[in-house]
Amino acid sequence: MPFFWVGIGGVVGALLRYQLSRWVSERLVVSFPLATLVINVSGSFLLGWLTRCLGVWLPSGLAPTAMLLLGTGLCGAYTTFSTFCYESVILLRERRLQAAAVYILTSLFVGLAASAVGLFGLPAGGKSTH
Amino acid sequence: MPYLAVALGGGIGACLRYLISEWVGTVHGFPAATLGINLAGSFFLAWFYTITLERVAIHPHLRLGIGTGLVGAFTTFSTFTSEVWSLLAAHAYLWALLYVFLSFAGGLALAAVGFVLAHRQNRLSLADDVSEEA
Repeated sequence: MPFFWVGIGGVVGALLRYQLSRWVSERLVVSFPLATLVINVSGSFLLGWLTRCLGVWLPSGLAPTAMLLLGTGLCGAYTTFSTFCYESVILLRERRLQAAAVYILTSLFVGLAASAVGLFGLPAGGKSTH
Repeated sequence: MPYLAVALGGGIGACLRYLISEWVGTVHGFPAATLGINLAGSFFLAWFYTITLERVAIHPHLRLGIGTGLVGAFTTFSTFTSEVWSLLAAHAYLWALLYVFLSFAGGLALAAVGFVLAHRQNRLSLADDVSEEA
């Protein structure tokens, strides 16, 4: 049964990623892998947020199943590491070192920051501004 | 039809990832399963995309289903970032640093190896074609 939930989440996550990257590539003419960057950052936030909130919002019997569906399945399949590596190698191969460095470093640090905001919420300084 | 290919591949890729991470899990708290999954997937995707560009002619929907769907969903970025924070929260700073380094340096290096390997195979098959014609 866990495979059913992970599989359904995986189907939806992969479709979301495919549709979003198509949508971005149809509207933007820049040859920078912006779609994958946005996907990996937003997915990192979402997984962190689900990890923090699902257990609080849902009854304890339902939370593990919801995490399999939305966390392991959906977020896991929506974000991708292999496409990130492939796109980086293509940028390096085209000798676009600056673009490759920006892509790699932004993915890592903004991805980690987005995950932290999802997991722990905004830092206290951010909350007091509104 | 391309949506069906991505959906099918995505479901299989996510289940494979779950199967391996349940089977391997973490080794002494280190997320070995995700690391292995991301490294293997990065190597395979670069090799697969490059070899199917020139040497092996496959249906574009099959390429989409295996590349974007299966391998894309098999590997994961969100679990990686989450696990980095788990290590940091457990004060395992060196392990967190090692995990980030092995994932990025290893994934990029293996993708480059996959890319170069597929290019070599492309060239070899071109040479075969020429010698067969001669």
